[in-house]
Amino acid sequence: MCRSSLAIPFGMFIVIALGALSNVVAVNRFPRPEFQGGYEQPPTVFPAARPELFGYMDIAVLAGALCLAAWLALKKRSRKGVFLLTVGAVAYFGFFRKGCICPVGSIQNVSLALFDSSFALPIAVGLIFGLPLVFSLFFGRVFCSSVCPLGAIQDLFVLNPVKVPRLMSSVLGLLPHLYLGAAILFVATGAGFVVCRFDPFVGFFRLNAPVGMIFWGGGLLLLGMFVARPYCRFLCPLGVLLGWSSLLSRRHVTITPDTCINCRLCEDACPFDAIRVPTDPGQAQEPRSRSVRRVLLHSALLPLWMLLGGLGGYFAGDALSLAHHRVRLAERILDEEAGGSDNVSLESRTFRAGTVPVPSLVQQAQAIRKTTKKGSALLGIYLGLVIGLGILRFSLQRKRTEYTADTQHCLSCGRCFQACPQEHRRLANISKKGTE
Amino acid sequence: METKSESSEKKQPEQSAPFNKRRGFLKTIGRSAALAGLGAGLFGLIRRPKAAMAWQLDPKKCVQCGRCATECIMEPSAVKCVHAYEICGYCKLCGGYHQPNARQLHTAAENQLCPTGAIVRTFIEDPFFEYRIDENLCNGCGKCVAGCGSFGNGSLYLQVRHNVCVNCNECTIAVRCPAQAFRRVPIYAPYIPKKKDGEA
Repeated sequence: MCRSSLAIPFGMFIVIALGALSNVVAVNRFPRPEFQGGYEQPPTVFPAARPELFGYMDIAVLAGALCLAAWLALKKRSRKGVFLLTVGAVAYFGFFRKGCICPVGSIQNVSLALFDSSFALPIAVGLIFGLPLVFSLFFGRVFCSSVCPLGAIQDLFVLNPVKVPRLMSSVLGLLPHLYLGAAILFVATGAGFVVCRFDPFVGFFRLNAPVGMIFWGGGLLLLGMFVARPYCRFLCPLGVLLGWSSLLSRRHVTITPDTCINCRLCEDACPFDAIRVPTDPGQAQEPRSRSVRRVLLHSALLPLWMLLGGLGGYFAGDALSLAHHRVRLAERILDEEAGGSDNVSLESRTFRAGTVPVPSLVQQAQAIRKTTKKGSALLGIYLGLVIGLGILRFSLQRKRTEYTADTQHCLSCGRCFQACPQEHRRLANISKKGTE
Repeated sequence: METKSESSEKKQPEQSAPFNKRRGFLKTIGRSAALAGLGAGLFGLIRRPKAAMAWQLDPKKCVQCGRCATECIMEPSAVKCVHAYEICGYCKLCGGYHQPNARQLHTAAENQLCPTGAIVRTFIEDPFFEYRIDENLCNGCGKCVAGCGSFGNGSLYLQVRHNVCVNCNECTIAVRCPAQAFRRVPIYAPYIPKKKDGEA
């Protein structure tokens, strides 16, 4: 076999150098030589992925941490214990496991399995999504208190929390609903995992955050010194689901272990403004007919809010569809064909090297745009419903005689325990009994 | 203080006991419904293969754009060049190893295509050379893959190496891949190797 590689003309090399993009498949240009000297071909090694067993170990750790968090917050009533668990969560789920996969992001995996029948939800991911919700249904948001790595890292930065005005926090409280809806919408249309893309802290856990993430996550941490846990309260999409399930919780953290004596000492204890103060008993009662009329009015306004939201969502659909890479590619290619841009992007060059004709791409983009519009109209209706229900809730007059934790927004961190004199009495009693 | 709490306690039982009871009952119903819904939903969604997923790139779709080297959160990238030796022609002038305008066909740095010098060229017998990838040096730029594919047998190809990959929930390279070559694969079969007959 007389074959010299030098015989290949250099012109071919120039073709490569020009960088013609083509799908490279194995072609047998040069048959495998028959070696005389007994050459032994080295094996191509494929290192195994992280064993699945480790994934189940993570779930065991998660379940254990949730049990511990529930016990520390509800039974032991130990802020110190919760704090230590917080540090542990940052260390294990943050720096050791490097942040993926987290229950916040798993919303998208569950949605993907819901909308894309070719994606099978792995058992481990299903459990990572379900466990915090189940615990929340029984014990409140103990996951938020000290198990969630995103919450835990922010909790360590709570320094000098200020009160956020009620109206402002209510308006900002709409953002998690929007974020949750958008996350599901973008998964449904195939645009991708938006929550993971804007994860503020994963780069810190991996110690290699890109510049944008340093500003985004670092900014949130700095803001969190004064507005405690901004991501948890005003962005986290899982917080919406956990808040709902916490409303139904069987047991929940209480400020006082005993009866509330209305001493007002806990009023400033909650950095998350999740303590609801008692209504003023001296206040004159509003005539019943008037409050009924107001409730009726706001119930009647609900459909209007939903309609407004739906319309807004429908018109935002065009812009939202640009999150999908196929839509962006179609726009780009049409723009290039119209002579709008001088240089050809890598994406469009790759697309042109493929076999799909431009019209079918445009058609595909149109279809995606259509579903995005439908989805974003639904998202708008949902947001309208949330706004309407929020106003309706404001308009309801609830009589409260005690300082209570807002079960929806309380993160079960246990900071209020120490503020309650009843708690100190309880602890003193216990220690007295112990010495007797 | 005492009188206030007592008066409220006196007033409370007749007013709120049934209310609280009803509330508690509704909460129990709501909780049971939520649990049932969550359980049924997750049970329905957990289909085969039920295994955890990992990211991999399909060498048939890959266009060697070079983004694997820059978009991965790992540094150097978790994508590495892999050599399918059974496809290799063991050429003396290797399109994956040598610069297109290489003056001499030896291992001097100015002749090499690889920007990190990650390909080790060993003489076997005249005129055949073996090419091995040093994965510690490889940054997954795919220059050698493009060279070998356009000119040689296409025995070099890119793969996500799972001893390096940390398996992000959404692969940052997949988001930026112009050819949509990345997809999730079951964790027990995490590679898409190239085979002898050209089938990936």
